[in-house]
Amino acid sequence: MAEFRLPKNSTVKKGKYFKADDGATNVRKYNIYRWNEEDGENPRIDTYEVDMDKCGPMVLDGLIKIKNEIDPTLTFRRSCREGVCGSCAMNIAGTNTLACTKDNDEIKGDINIYPLPHMEVVKDLVTDLTHFYAQYSSIKPWMQTVSPTPSGAERLQSPEDRAKLDGLYECVLCASCSTSCPSYWWNSEKYLGPAVLLQAYRWLIDSRDEATGERLDDLEDPFRLYRCHTIMNCTNTCPKGLNPAKAIAEIKKMMVERQG
Amino acid sequence: MATTKRPTSPHLQIYKWGPHMALSILHRVSGVALGGGTLLLAWWLMALASGPDAYEQFQYCMSTILGKAALMGFTLSLMLHLCNGIRHLFWDMGMGFDVETTARTNMLVFLGTVVLTVLSWVIGYGLI
Repeated sequence: MAEFRLPKNSTVKKGKYFKADDGATNVRKYNIYRWNEEDGENPRIDTYEVDMDKCGPMVLDGLIKIKNEIDPTLTFRRSCREGVCGSCAMNIAGTNTLACTKDNDEIKGDINIYPLPHMEVVKDLVTDLTHFYAQYSSIKPWMQTVSPTPSGAERLQSPEDRAKLDGLYECVLCASCSTSCPSYWWNSEKYLGPAVLLQAYRWLIDSRDEATGERLDDLEDPFRLYRCHTIMNCTNTCPKGLNPAKAIAEIKKMMVERQG
Repeated sequence: MATTKRPTSPHLQIYKWGPHMALSILHRVSGVALGGGTLLLAWWLMALASGPDAYEQFQYCMSTILGKAALMGFTLSLMLHLCNGIRHLFWDMGMGFDVETTARTNMLVFLGTVVLTVLSWVIGYGLI
């Protein structure tokens, strides 16, 4: 059900203020969402002044600098620092993206950082993605075949069929799109969300997969697929420049086309 | 182990609005408003069938500020729902999904709504 307001335990309070060293001339403020279970308190926004002359260009550089030099308790996920692992997805300056590929210079004013929206917070910027991954596994994201495997050869695919996977295989499952989607906010228990549906389409359109019918049967549901109302937040926010909204539209088209 | 209930991260409170989001919710709002507008139309037809006095009463109600505002809201809703509905038809065909095209069609829908509303009122007043 749609609940537009935050529950009582989730409303955000003002937090601590960390001043930069005297002598720092190029200071920017990072306002960061903080919550730690052990405090037993509501989430808060801590503000960190960061000396940008001694900081790398990306938002993630700022976060790492804060954790290393100002406040080691700040918690966030990160790994590859080049937009291929999808770990550092968070809400930066109002939209979801990867902290490692978001340039500080693209942001005007203070740098506001929240965890991915409408998710259960584990700590600070880390959200619980268990349900998201469970939804991903529910679409059986692997190749399913009934025909015998060709002996001593791979299952071949023409360059044209391979090209159909472009714009789909690049998805790193960072969950930026799904957690940007109001439909997913209100119905995430039942609606699969843009990221998982883009993955579903990636297998539907693969010429080597032989379970297209069953896959469509599984998606034929008022919630799993059809909660997409083309709000377009997913496509606008995808840090990899992919188009989940179009993938979902293509699945809807396949549903109609198979009715003949 | 979890001792406190985990909070829900902020969503509507912090997500940056764009014209695509505004149009999506306005499409729904205008759809509901069209339901109300249809009642107005029904009232108009019933007044027409009930004779000159009833029709006069309807005309009077619609000439008040409130009546005009309702009619203006009805026209705006109709035109917005129409323009955005046409865009939905293209989307249903898998067309116009990239970010640049959507940004352009956002503006087209807003523009179309205003132009068509003004046009219907100009024509409407011309007919009186």
